[in-house]
Amino acid sequence: MPLLKSSTTKNTASSAAFRLKGGLFPLTLLEISHYDRTEFEQQLQDKAAEAPIFFKQTPVVLSFEEFDGELSALPLSELVEICKTHGLLPVALRNSDAALQDKAKQISLAIMPVGRIKPTADNTASDTAPSVTEEASAAPAAEHIGEINPNSSPSKIVTTPIRSGQQVYAPGGDLIIMASVSAGAEVLADGNIHIYGALRGRALAGVRGDTSARIFCQSLEAELVSIAGNFKVDEDLRKDHWKSAVHASLDEQTLCITPLV
Amino acid sequence: MAKIIVVTSGKGGVGKTTTSAAISSGIAMRGHKTVVIDFDIGLRNLDIIMNCERRVVYDFVNVINGEANLRQALIKDKRAENLYILPASQTRDKDALTVEGVERILNELAADGFEYIICDSPAGIEHGAFMAMYFADMAIVVANPEVSSVRDSDRILGILQSKSRRAENGERVEECLLLTRYNPERVAKGEMLGVQDVEEILATKLLGVIPESETVLKASNQGIPVIHDIESPAGQAYSDAVSRLLGEEVEHRFMSVEQKGLFKRLFRRSA
Repeated sequence: MPLLKSSTTKNTASSAAFRLKGGLFPLTLLEISHYDRTEFEQQLQDKAAEAPIFFKQTPVVLSFEEFDGELSALPLSELVEICKTHGLLPVALRNSDAALQDKAKQISLAIMPVGRIKPTADNTASDTAPSVTEEASAAPAAEHIGEINPNSSPSKIVTTPIRSGQQVYAPGGDLIIMASVSAGAEVLADGNIHIYGALRGRALAGVRGDTSARIFCQSLEAELVSIAGNFKVDEDLRKDHWKSAVHASLDEQTLCITPLV
Repeated sequence: MAKIIVVTSGKGGVGKTTTSAAISSGIAMRGHKTVVIDFDIGLRNLDIIMNCERRVVYDFVNVINGEANLRQALIKDKRAENLYILPASQTRDKDALTVEGVERILNELAADGFEYIICDSPAGIEHGAFMAMYFADMAIVVANPEVSSVRDSDRILGILQSKSRRAENGERVEECLLLTRYNPERVAKGEMLGVQDVEEILATKLLGVIPESETVLKASNQGIPVIHDIESPAGQAYSDAVSRLLGEEVEHRFMSVEQKGLFKRLFRRSA
């Protein structure tokens, strides 16, 4: 879950040397199914020859979810060195074997929690190691509504109310809901969110970092509204235009609520 | 083909069992062969509400496990012709319910000529409630005009449209709302959510509004479903609800503050 930065607090210390902010960055996953030094190096070399642009210090997350063999016997540092020689920069290890995690810590690899994989059409690799797939680092889990289409289209349209406890995510585009979003429900999109009804739950637009994303609703009664990680909660939202038709947008780092004419 | 109706709510104590008893009695009294099943394994109440707790020999779980057949477990109601009750087990727990077992029994009941199968769901959203709603064609969502009850009902509606057998087949479960323990005076004062408030939040067709009534407690204790009490406003409201369920158009009653005439004010009867 990315860090949400409250849009209402300001950094009063002008001389602060740094700031911790939430950021969302898609990372490539290197899914390793088995490891033999010569074979791995050869296949990596071949892939690099096919797509040289991709293999230029590209950060990758190592995953052994589909590994066939003994993880404890895996020479992790050797694998990492080979990757680096061929233009892949392993930055983290996806949560697996405890022994492997120890090795990872020794060579300064971060440990990432297990997330949900969304395989894309760009899966040119064969079934042998290594296979390269795209993964969004903030894919939400939980109960999905039947309408969710794994082959994401530009806009996702939902016509039934989003009930408490449900979560809808529109990857790669806008989300349009032709009903209300109940309290306790969550709607997310990489793009904009349009609600032709009341927003009583949570709406998070631009979840992959698109600061130009907006949220539109016919009645603002939300628990939380967020654009690219900058959010406002119920308490702040009640001050202006509560229960009116509004749209939310990001101005610099501040979330603005403007009435829809 | 039997119509399977689940009476569910999410929140506990809102009137599911009272409603199951009243509505199944009402439907049976209109001439339809009806069975009401208690899905609250371990915390059974339906048998008490319907005054057959002394006649329970075999129960739902016995039939699922093949320890008894349906004929042995079904209890014939003494008041309503055409009504049968399938009680829950008190000694087992909800894990005894399986999808295959429940499906088999529902099919057997349909084959036996039952037109309506009412499933009295337990509270919550766990296994017991899930089993009760899984095969439903229609759901009566019971809610009190109170915020937590409405929120829980919203949750249940979401689960119904995503986890039921019908949802898996791309169909919808017919959903309707029954608002219970309604007190128009308190609504007028602004102390209680009104029908319109609840309808707006839940966006579901209203089956009926059952007014708060002391006769409901009396009915439970006596083991006579409140619909048999024809003087009771709650009983009458349930009767209206049954009519609507069976396709009739009936005006909603008991939703506004009763303008009591002088006589009624002088001789106030507690309803």
